[in-house]
Amino acid sequence: MNKLIAAFAACAVLTAGCTQDEGSDGPAAYESRYEALPAQTTLITGATVLTGTGDRLDNADVLLVGGKIAEVGTGLSADGADMVDAAGKWVTPGIIDVHSHLGVYPSPGTQSHSDGNEATAPVTAEVWAEHSVWPHDPGFTTALAGGVTAMQILPGSANLVGGRGVTLKNVPGRNVMDMKFPGAPYGMKMACGENPKRVYGGRSQAPSTRMGNVAGYRSAWIDASEYRDKIKAAEKGQGEMPKRDLKLETLMGVLEGEILIHNHCYRGDEMSVMLEIGREFGYKVGTFHHAVEAYKIADLLAEADTCAAIWADWWGFKMEAYDGIRENAAILDRAGACTVMHSDSGIGIQRLTQETAKVMGAAARVGIDIPPERAILWNTRNAAKSLGILEQTGTLEAGKMADVVIWDGSPFSVYTKAERVYIDGALAYELGNDAVNPVTDFTLGTAAAAGGAK
Amino acid sequence: MSRLTTTLALLALTLPAAADTTAIVGGKVHTVSPMGTIENGTVLIVDGRIAAVGENVNVPAGAKTIDATGKTVTPGLFSPFGQLGLVEVPLSGSPNDYAQRGTQFTAGFDVADAYNPRSTLIPVNRIEGVTRAVVAPTPGYPDESGSGHILAGLAAIVNLGNGDVLDQRGAAMVVALGEFGSALSGGTRTAAWLTLRNALDEALDYREHKGDFERGMRREYVHSVNDLEALQGVINGNTPMIVSIDRASDIGVLIDFVDEYSVTAIIIGGSEAWMLADELAATGIAVIVGPTANLPGSFDDINARFGSATILVDAGVKVAIADGDAQTHNARNMTQSAGIAVSHGLDWDAALRAITLTPAEIFGVAATTGSIETGKAADVVIWPGDPLELTNYPEAVFINGDAVPMVSRQTLLRDRYLQADKPPAYRK
Repeated sequence: MNKLIAAFAACAVLTAGCTQDEGSDGPAAYESRYEALPAQTTLITGATVLTGTGDRLDNADVLLVGGKIAEVGTGLSADGADMVDAAGKWVTPGIIDVHSHLGVYPSPGTQSHSDGNEATAPVTAEVWAEHSVWPHDPGFTTALAGGVTAMQILPGSANLVGGRGVTLKNVPGRNVMDMKFPGAPYGMKMACGENPKRVYGGRSQAPSTRMGNVAGYRSAWIDASEYRDKIKAAEKGQGEMPKRDLKLETLMGVLEGEILIHNHCYRGDEMSVMLEIGREFGYKVGTFHHAVEAYKIADLLAEADTCAAIWADWWGFKMEAYDGIRENAAILDRAGACTVMHSDSGIGIQRLTQETAKVMGAAARVGIDIPPERAILWNTRNAAKSLGILEQTGTLEAGKMADVVIWDGSPFSVYTKAERVYIDGALAYELGNDAVNPVTDFTLGTAAAAGGAK
Repeated sequence: MSRLTTTLALLALTLPAAADTTAIVGGKVHTVSPMGTIENGTVLIVDGRIAAVGENVNVPAGAKTIDATGKTVTPGLFSPFGQLGLVEVPLSGSPNDYAQRGTQFTAGFDVADAYNPRSTLIPVNRIEGVTRAVVAPTPGYPDESGSGHILAGLAAIVNLGNGDVLDQRGAAMVVALGEFGSALSGGTRTAAWLTLRNALDEALDYREHKGDFERGMRREYVHSVNDLEALQGVINGNTPMIVSIDRASDIGVLIDFVDEYSVTAIIIGGSEAWMLADELAATGIAVIVGPTANLPGSFDDINARFGSATILVDAGVKVAIADGDAQTHNARNMTQSAGIAVSHGLDWDAALRAITLTPAEIFGVAATTGSIETGKAADVVIWPGDPLELTNYPEAVFINGDAVPMVSRQTLLRDRYLQADKPPAYRK
C-alpha cells in the first residue's frame, strides 16, 4: 500500500494531482490542505484499551505525543502531559465510516442540497464527490460526537459508476480541501442491481436489467483499458498522447491500482459476477458496500481479499435486501473476510459501534464469540484497510495518527457515549464542553448548537 | 439458554395452544405496573391471560414451569406506529397496502382489510419481543395529477400471535401536517389546516343532519359518506388522530385545534415538540418520539435534538418511543431506541414504559395489554439480561399466553449458511 500511495503522489497517472505548476511549493490543485489542530501531549491512564490490532489491555495507558500515538501500555509517564484519568472508561482508535453521504446529501435535505447522484448517464466516473461536499453539514459534528474521526464521502448509487469518493478527516473546514485526509487514495463508486436499472430503465434507456448493468461496466472498462494502453504507448514514444478524459482517467486509476473500488452491491450472486469482471480486466474489487448477502459468499470474499462493508440489520426495504440477517458480519468474520460496519446514514454514523454490538449479541446466540477486542476491528482497522489508510490510522500502534476515542463505558453498550475524541492528537470533541466542540455555520442559533448533544 | 429453548420447543410441539397454565418463575420481573420490579418473581399465565404476578404466587399442580432464574421478564413490546403486515419490500414494487395513490379515499381508507398476519416481517420482529403493533396507513404521495390528501386513513392494532390477530380496527386516524401536509395541500400549511377543518366540519354537520343528508335535503359534502363515517370517531373524541408534525409553530396550532374541536391527538415525529412540552402536557397530547432524530432533516426540524423524550416525560407528556421509518422491518430495534433515550437522560423505567404500557395507553388498550398485571393478555418476554442492551435478545416470547416459535425466515437463512459441511446452495 505504501508503494501505491507513493506512486499516486508521484502522478504516475494523469490525475488532477498532476496539475501542479512547475516550481510551486504548495499542494497541487484539489489536494489536501488539512492542517491538524494544535496537539497536546496527552496521557490517558487506567482505561480498558482496545488497540484495533485485536488486543484488549485492561487498566492501560495511551500516550499521545506530537499528534501521533507514542505508546500504549501500563505505567506510562510523560512530563508535562495533559493527564486524562480514564479509569472505568474505554479507549479505542477513532471510528471510521467507509460509506457516508455527509456533505453531498446534507441536512437540511432541501431539493437544492441533493448533490450526491449525477444521474444523467449510467457511467459518470468523471465526477468527484468532493466537489459536492458542503462542509457546513451539521451531520459532520454529530458524527464527531459519535467518535467518527475519518470517513469516506461517496457519490450515490444511481449510476453503474457514480464517480470518485473522497476520504475526509472529520474536522471543520471552509472547503473540502481543508478536510481531505492527507495521502488517502481516491475511491470509485460503482453500483449493482436495482438502483441503476431502475433509474435508467425507467427512462427506457440502458441499463434496464442486471445483464444490462454488466454490459455497461464492461464497456466502460474496455474504453478505460484502451485509454491506458494509448497513454502507456505514448509514454514510450509510440503514438500520440490521447486527449485528457476525466472519465477514463478515473477508471484507469482503478486499473492501475491507485483508486480503490467501492461497489454498492447487495446479492451474493451479483457480487460474484462483479469479481469476475475484475478478473476480466485485471483490477481488484476493494470493498462491496451494503452486501447484505455477503454471508452467502464469505469464502469467496475472503479468498479475493475483498472487504464487505455492511449494516448490522437493515433488510427488506427492497428485493435485493430481502435476505439480510443479523449474523452477516459474524459469518464473514469467521470466514476470515475483511468485515466493516458502515452507516450510509447521518443518523447511523453516530453509533457505528452499536451496530457492531447488535451483531455480537446475535452471533453469541449461535455460538460465535466475538469479543470486544475483535469487534472493534469492524469499526476501525478494517475500515482503514478498506479506504487504504491503514498505514496512517485505524489502530493504536505507535507512530500512527493519534485518532483516539475515550468512551464513558464499553463502546458496545447502548448507554455509552464518546466522552473525548482526538484527531491527530488534538482534542476535537469533548462531551458537554461547548468551548471545544465545533458548530457548523448552519447550526448557529439552533438548539442543536452543541453538536446536537446539548 | 439452550435448555430453555429446548423446553419451549418441546412445549410448542406437544401441547395445544393457550388452554393451559404456565408459570415463569424466578426471574427479575419488570411489571410496568404499580407493583414495579420484582426481583424474584413469578408470572402465572392461565388461558392466555396473566392470572397472577408477584413474589409469592402459588403455582398450581400441573402447570408448565419455566425457570427464569437470572433472566429478566418484561411485558411484550408495543410498536406505536409502522406498517407491519402491510408491506414486504416497499422499494421494489411488491405489496404496499399502506399508501394509496390520489384521493379516491381519505379518512375511510382502513388498513385492517389489508393486514397480512403471515407477512415474513412478523416473525422477524416478534422473536425479538414485539408482541403488539399499531399498523397504519401513510399519506400517499401526490398522483399524476398532483393530488394527495392529508387524511391517510385508519390504523389498526394487531397482535403478532397466531390466533385472532386483529385487536382493533379504526384505532386511530392518520393525518399529515407540517411540511409533508403542506406538499399534499397545494404547497401551504394554511391549506393543510383548512383541509382538516373542512373534513371535521363536514363530519360534524353530517352527524347532526344525517337523516336530512340521506333524504337529499342537506348540501353535498366534499368527502364521501365512507370518509365521514370514519371521522365520527375522531369528532366524538374516541378515535385519536396520529398527527405527523414537527415544527413548534405547527404544534402550537395543533394544540389550539385539539382544544377547539375537542379531539384527541398523538404526535408522531415531533422534532420540536420538546419546545412546547408544558403546553402538550396540559392539553394531553401524547408524542411518539424517535430518540435518534437529532438532525435538521428539514426546516421543520431545525431544533431537533437528543434528549427530547426526557424533556417531554419530565413535563408530564405521555411518550412512546419509535424510530420513524425503522418501525416496520426493524420495529424490533425499539429497544435500542429506548436505550439511546436513556443515554440522553431518560429514566430507565420510563424508557421501558415508553415501549410497552404508554403506547397501549395512548391508543386506549391499556386495560388489556401493555404491562404484566392480573387480567391482562399474557404478552411476556424473557430476556437474558437488560432488554434495552444491544447484545440481549429474547429467549422466549409469549403472545396471548402462547410461546411463539423462535424461528423466522432470517433464522432459517442463518442456520443454512452457518453450516460448513456442504456448498451453501445445496443445504436445506
